[in-house]
Amino acid sequence: MRLRANEYPKESARVIREEPHVRESVTGATLNFDAKRRAAYAEVDSEQWRHFAEAVKNHVLMNLEHYLEQAEAALERSGVRVHWAEDAEAAQRIVAALVREKGVKRAVKAKTMLSEELDINPLLESLGVKVLETDLGEYIIQLLEQPPSHIVGPAIHLNLEQIRRLFHERFGTPLDAAPDALAAAARKLLRQGFLEADLGISGANFVVAETGTLVLIENEGNIRLSTSTPRLHVALVGIEKLLPRFSDLSVFLSLTARAATGQRLGTYVSLIQGPRRPDETDGPEEVHVVFVDNGRSSVLADDEAWETLRCVRCAACLNACPVYRQTGGHAYGYVYSGPIGAVLSPGLVGLENTKPLPYASSLCGACFQACPVRIPIPKLLLTWRHRAVEEGLTPRFERTALKGYALAMTQPWAYRLASKALRLLPKKALDNTVVPVLKAWVEGRAGLQPSPRSFRELWEEGID
Amino acid sequence: MKVALFVTCLVDQFYAEAGVAAVRLLRSLGCTVAFPPAQTCCGQPAYNAGYWSEARQMAEHTLGVFEDADYVVLPSGSCTTMLRAFYPELYRDNPKMFARVSSLSSRSYELAEFIVRVLGITRLGQGLAGQRIAYHHGCHALRELGIKDEPIALLRGAGAEIVDWPAATECCGFGGLFSVKLPEVSLGMADRKLSTLPEIDVLTSADGGCLLHLSGRIQKRGLPLPVKPLAAVLWEATQNRKEDPHAA
Ligand code: SF4
Repeated sequence: MRLRANEYPKESARVIREEPHVRESVTGATLNFDAKRRAAYAEVDSEQWRHFAEAVKNHVLMNLEHYLEQAEAALERSGVRVHWAEDAEAAQRIVAALVREKGVKRAVKAKTMLSEELDINPLLESLGVKVLETDLGEYIIQLLEQPPSHIVGPAIHLNLEQIRRLFHERFGTPLDAAPDALAAAARKLLRQGFLEADLGISGANFVVAETGTLVLIENEGNIRLSTSTPRLHVALVGIEKLLPRFSDLSVFLSLTARAATGQRLGTYVSLIQGPRRPDETDGPEEVHVVFVDNGRSSVLADDEAWETLRCVRCAACLNACPVYRQTGGHAYGYVYSGPIGAVLSPGLVGLENTKPLPYASSLCGACFQACPVRIPIPKLLLTWRHRAVEEGLTPRFERTALKGYALAMTQPWAYRLASKALRLLPKKALDNTVVPVLKAWVEGRAGLQPSPRSFRELWEEGID
Repeated sequence: MKVALFVTCLVDQFYAEAGVAAVRLLRSLGCTVAFPPAQTCCGQPAYNAGYWSEARQMAEHTLGVFEDADYVVLPSGSCTTMLRAFYPELYRDNPKMFARVSSLSSRSYELAEFIVRVLGITRLGQGLAGQRIAYHHGCHALRELGIKDEPIALLRGAGAEIVDWPAATECCGFGGLFSVKLPEVSLGMADRKLSTLPEIDVLTSADGGCLLHLSGRIQKRGLPLPVKPLAAVLWEATQNRKEDPHAA
């Protein structure tokens, strides 16, 4: 698990200064996704859908134990083996045991954020397994040895030129190859990978508790191949991913696709109901589901942060976020980036390890409007900031400044005095580049210019 | 109608003329305007930074200043949101205070919202005839309070052309302390927003903080973009009322 989440301010500034193409690529792609999302929401009564989805997810979370038991029983009835992993190490142990027991040599992976969270790729490699990411974006960043920078579009921070160059170096495609030609080159390679793999690793968008159905949404077909071609399929599933009834899918499938990419439905929707039956010719011999906690039950026990567990990882909040647009996802320093990352990561790995993330927002609220399950992200950002203050995690000078500020603002005479002082200061004083706060202001903006007389003075003289 | 003006510390210090314009405007629409002199800051900077006990001190001070007012009018969308949405949030575990701040919330209005919703006026005059105006929607007023059509109605009603600006509802990158905690990100947001502007005569907004940030950026980059607070523009709107046969 990559964890540099405590460096957000430095890392975001670095990306902006040194990699201007990231901003360009990310802004273009997210604006496009966001416009599509809006259009797709506008076609339906999206407010009502969002309320419904929120209510269903809340119900699941309030009765999680019940639905996990129901899901386990239903999965096992269809011949799926269910495992439980309390944390990343436990999940790794389960995967490692399967790899050894089944003699796995090659694995194909269908895009899963949870496997990033659990560090599955390094584990497989350490066991001598050849790992191939089969989502085109994931494949590209695997070649570059980078983590994903977006939940849905992992290579969103790269531009076409970079990908052309990469493919030219690796596969000898021409430097001016059309995007289709690049995809075709990748497809050829990936196809071979599917045929040779003995293990397919996936996540799951949902698991229906009632029927034990694994649900996967995608556009490239790679998930379907990864979960049906190899003899062994392992699905890593966060314990919050359950839906109670099969009929809930009617809204969740469409709402998730609309939120993520503005589609009415994903191009491929796989509903997996166990391994290959004796009378069937396709499908894996064994299907294993690993239910992973890894911090989720402690988030669930948190009075406020529990709401983050409704997340369906559609990335609509990233696409709507003007802050994310500036830097892309790597600056956030943890698997989950953007608005949801800023409120989820502190819950999963501790506020002290992610201190600056709740401040990586102007609190504009665009994320909440976009979120299909109505996670109150702005409110949660404030909650984490408040906790940082309560736990003494904020800088001492800030604590002192805020105390002084509150004192001055509750004494009208002190406020007046400060107002006078602001006008008596030499003009240069506000263009100060020694005081950090002023420096940060004036480096990119003209100096602050107070009105020659305050409103209060003008009022006291009389306004005609 | 009697209104108490909460001018807000930012307008008091940096946009005093917008405060004056708000007073003239409200008076011209038949309101009696009071300015309770003990008012200071609503406490939003402390609230947003997570310093809620400090924010509560300021909320209690503000409550004391405005508790008896029939209407509190603010020339600031963000500070209105502090009173309306965040004061109740600060007291959700304190029923007595919650009731008091909720009562204040229900009487607090952003200036344009007050004119349209409470006074029922959308025609101020024709003082903006022919002007091409870009309206920046402050995020709090827009997304927390749903104030979107009111300022536009007033500007249009005064003859202005509101330019088609898809980024009008996108955050400008101010965000209070955000603007100095993450200056590069904040400036990048401002630049992106400004880069999408069509040709205009004036850029306006109900939010002084956003304007301070945007105009600071505009000046620094030497862009030819005039910026004016909404209150000042609305006062201008009333300036040739006699010529307007539909005037309120
Ligand atoms: S927080 Fe909401 S919008 Fe963001 S990824 Fe999760 S479900 Fe999607």
